[in-house]
Amino acid sequence: MSERQIELEVLRYDPEKDSAPRFQTYSVPCLNEWVVLDALNYVKENLDTTLSYRWSCHMAVCGSCGMMINGEPKLACKAFIHEYSDKIRVEPLAHFPIERDLVTVIEDFIGKLSSVKPYLIPKDDKPISAGEFKQTPAELIKFKQYTLCINCMLCYAACPQYGLVPEFVGPAAIALAHRYNQDSRDGGRDARQEVVASNEGVWECSFVGACSEVCPKHVDPAGALQQVKVASTIDWYKEHLMPWVKK
Amino acid sequence: MAKSNKPIFWSLFAAGGTVTAFVTPALVLLLLFASLGLVPSLFTYEHLHDFAHHWLGKLIIFGVILVSLWHAAHRLRVTLHDFGVRADTVVAYAVYGIAGLGTLMTLVYLLRI
Repeated sequence: MSERQIELEVLRYDPEKDSAPRFQTYSVPCLNEWVVLDALNYVKENLDTTLSYRWSCHMAVCGSCGMMINGEPKLACKAFIHEYSDKIRVEPLAHFPIERDLVTVIEDFIGKLSSVKPYLIPKDDKPISAGEFKQTPAELIKFKQYTLCINCMLCYAACPQYGLVPEFVGPAAIALAHRYNQDSRDGGRDARQEVVASNEGVWECSFVGACSEVCPKHVDPAGALQQVKVASTIDWYKEHLMPWVKK
Repeated sequence: MAKSNKPIFWSLFAAGGTVTAFVTPALVLLLLFASLGLVPSLFTYEHLHDFAHHWLGKLIIFGVILVSLWHAAHRLRVTLHDFGVRADTVVAYAVYGIAGLGTLMTLVYLLRI
């Protein structure tokens, strides 16, 4: 196993003590098979116990180790050392306030996520005795890809619109709203549209597409948002030009 | 939160994007040929005038110009926002105003043919 000495430039910031964020460089002996998260763990265990960052699963499932690696939003557990030069810069996710070091304040995202009601709102509430809700493979394929979202917020860090307009509900939340809207068992679309079809909802999206490029699970939020725009536009014309048509 | 009225502009933008993606390259090519003196007989002034004289021709020309104008207007609005111009309402009135004026002029000129 080959080893490489990596200069890890990590952004450090403690809002209670520091007046401004600063970079601290650690020299880390990295195995070639390591990911950036391994290097951070090495720092935490051997060089500096005060370094703060979030992580849990180390296998791109939990979505907690999202950070800017050389300026790009990445999961630290999916960013392989061998894909980088000997100097790697690690910063907290862009567009979010810093809680401490690489840990960001995510309340804004959590609030937006819950505002779109990302859960099944059954169309017809049948008793358990009536049996299961059946779904055909064709019905499943309409939304399956959007279920893969792990709420890692890389898409928010990549989205220039979210950076410009912090009120924007954003890619992951709207893609998840779309996931439930597309579910044949769901009847909650009208309730979600109150948020999704507002100015701060899908209409702040200018289809840059960066969200889909950085998504580690290939959810393609940009595609979901375009579909939401088409559906919301059809709604608008129905509501304004054909008010007699029942939805 | 109130539902947005952006679907009006976005639908014209989306339709315009689709139409211009097909029509603009063809127009560029035809104009290039015309500048070289190669005008197919189908595209001579008389033929195009006849086309614009018929109500269906008028409708097609109007449709193409309408969605192209509103597409460009919305594209410009979003681009200006990306470039840091934050006066979105002023920009919206300006660009949609120009598109509206263009639409009106198209209508007037087409009806005079």
